[in-house]
Amino acid sequence: MQSYNQPDATGHFGPYGGIYMAETLIPAVEELRQQYERFRDDPDFKAEFAHELKHYVGRPSPIYHAKRLSDSLGGAQIYLKREDLNHTGAHKINNAIGQALLAKRMGKRRVIAETGAGMHGVATATVAARFGMECIVYMGADDIQRQAPNVFRMKLLGATVVPVESGSRTLKDACNEAIRDWVTHVESTFYIFGTAAGPHPYPMMVRDFQCVIGNEAKVQMPEMIGRQPDAVSACVGGGSNAIGLFHPYIEVEGVKIIGVEAGGYGLATGKHAAPLTGDAKVGVLHGNKVYLMQDENGQIIETHSISAGLDYPGVGPEHCLLKDMGRAEYVAATDEEALAAFDALCRFEGIIPALESSHALAHAIKIAPEMGRDKVLLVNLSGRGDKDMNTVARIKGITL
Amino acid sequence: MSTLQNRIQATFDRLKATQRKALIPFITAGDPTLDMTVPLMHALVEAGADVIELGVPFSDPMADGPTIQRASERALKNGMTLRGVLAMVAAFRQQDAVTPVVLMGYGNPIEALGWETFAARCAAVGVDGVLTVDFPPEESHVAFEYLQRYDIAPIFLIAPTTTEARIAQVARLARGYVYYVSLKGVTGSGNLDVDSIAAKMPQLRQFLNLPIGVGFGIRDAETARQVAQVSDAVVIGSRIVQEIESSAPDRLLDNVQNFVAGVRAALDRKERL
Ligand SMILES: Cc1ncc(COP(=O)(O)O)c(C=O)c1O
Repeated sequence: MQSYNQPDATGHFGPYGGIYMAETLIPAVEELRQQYERFRDDPDFKAEFAHELKHYVGRPSPIYHAKRLSDSLGGAQIYLKREDLNHTGAHKINNAIGQALLAKRMGKRRVIAETGAGMHGVATATVAARFGMECIVYMGADDIQRQAPNVFRMKLLGATVVPVESGSRTLKDACNEAIRDWVTHVESTFYIFGTAAGPHPYPMMVRDFQCVIGNEAKVQMPEMIGRQPDAVSACVGGGSNAIGLFHPYIEVEGVKIIGVEAGGYGLATGKHAAPLTGDAKVGVLHGNKVYLMQDENGQIIETHSISAGLDYPGVGPEHCLLKDMGRAEYVAATDEEALAAFDALCRFEGIIPALESSHALAHAIKIAPEMGRDKVLLVNLSGRGDKDMNTVARIKGITL
Repeated sequence: MSTLQNRIQATFDRLKATQRKALIPFITAGDPTLDMTVPLMHALVEAGADVIELGVPFSDPMADGPTIQRASERALKNGMTLRGVLAMVAAFRQQDAVTPVVLMGYGNPIEALGWETFAARCAAVGVDGVLTVDFPPEESHVAFEYLQRYDIAPIFLIAPTTTEARIAQVARLARGYVYYVSLKGVTGSGNLDVDSIAAKMPQLRQFLNLPIGVGFGIRDAETARQVAQVSDAVVIGSRIVQEIESSAPDRLLDNVQNFVAGVRAALDRKERL
């Protein structure tokens, strides 16, 4: 097998990725690329990043054998990579710290972010407070409704949360607005992008920062079970928690890689957020060429997912390539399946997962019974579900 | 070079011979209604427009401020599509064979149609240039190949942040004219600074052999006049779209025409500042 080394020098993962940005921002992404190349292998940078991850985030995150859940399914053993135990409650903090350290070195005192579920917004507000930076978070007006606790957290942390009323009032529109802010304040501002998508170098840089997930797992699994798992799986919104787990396993033979997208009301309804599984056409949005949910005229269509963090029409370019290569398999879990998985983890293991992560769990619950009891499935539990209390209560018909 | 593409060049040659500057208004196709666009284009020409930039609406106009965002939303709600925009240009050309038309928008609707089909259709209906905001030279190889094959001018943006190396790169690819974005920000932002534009021109001229248009942030006739003194063309977008947005349907053409004619008069005024 030819060794896997992506992206190329121009930021392309095969035909995907690139730097599809307006001219005003091209010098900014070019500066970012140069600075990142300069610091990514710098011993001081790496040491500071590792130190923050250990002492501030609380890494390494443990791997937990969900034994009661596995027993109830009667098949493969499900193990959970506990990103939900990180400071701020999700994998997003890994990337936010990496980018904040870079911003600090580039002398940028103002950081901006887009957020869907609010976890990336909270992570960015957190690191901004930690490093003494001004922080503006753009969030779709609909997402502000469904993730209210996170909005309050961001404000407590000193961030300004700007509601975005345009378009579908969700994550993609928050991205548009953050890009508009960046183009207006390009010299003073660092855009802490929340997922492994966007213009080069973001997909590569975010992946690199998130690879701590897979790198830890690769050491932890042999310690726990004497070998690597049979499959690794994660939910895919933009794809950052997934690529962080998957990337270190790409060249590990015998490990299946499964990405789980948001199936919404079901792929057949068209109301979902699963560009890879739903065979969306390739298109260009937010700086990169990727599988993208769009109508026949190239307009981006409104997506639907119960989880704000997966409610996005595109997906990172590296996942597009892994799909084409056949190295990873992409599937979807519906809202209903995710909710059932959410309940199952609460009841069997005493862990309340994020609705995003519940999608990955839902697929594990689906396939585990078809696998032998000696098989091992490692699922990335990308975040905890505290933020989803309102959403879940509403669905269960309960007023809090 | 064929005569077709030369509508842009012929326009700038003619203006140069009479020492006038080009006035380039922008409107969004399909705003406020599908039926209004072609009459608006003719009204713009009558009021003194030299080139028309016709916006192709996109669901996610990241480089645009609120005014043009709203115009895009109205146009999309009216059912405007890229194919529909091309049909409008064909209708416009039935009565106007000389005014250059440049399509301006984002890449995805073109990607969805396919660059080859798009370029062929542009040539067939009489589009002269294409400006794709989110396709920088680095990502324009395919676009460039087909636009070149069908003799459509690729128009590129240059920003205050653009480095010299990139200006040189644009110079190798661009045809028709080059669009200098006069400020860091989205369309419709304020605080354009004429002095900094003037200061930038010598550097641009050193690399670019094409006419230079300046846009983003020009909101009145006097500013347009000042900008025109240091450039070859002024592009006015949000201010005209705002006029369209705020006009009653029966006053729309008159209001837009009055505004554009006012800018024209200021550009053509003989005495220097
Ligand atoms: C807990 C959690 N998991 C997953 C995601 C999806 O993002 P990504 O696909 O980049 O991991 C989010 C996004 O907000 C999230 O909060």
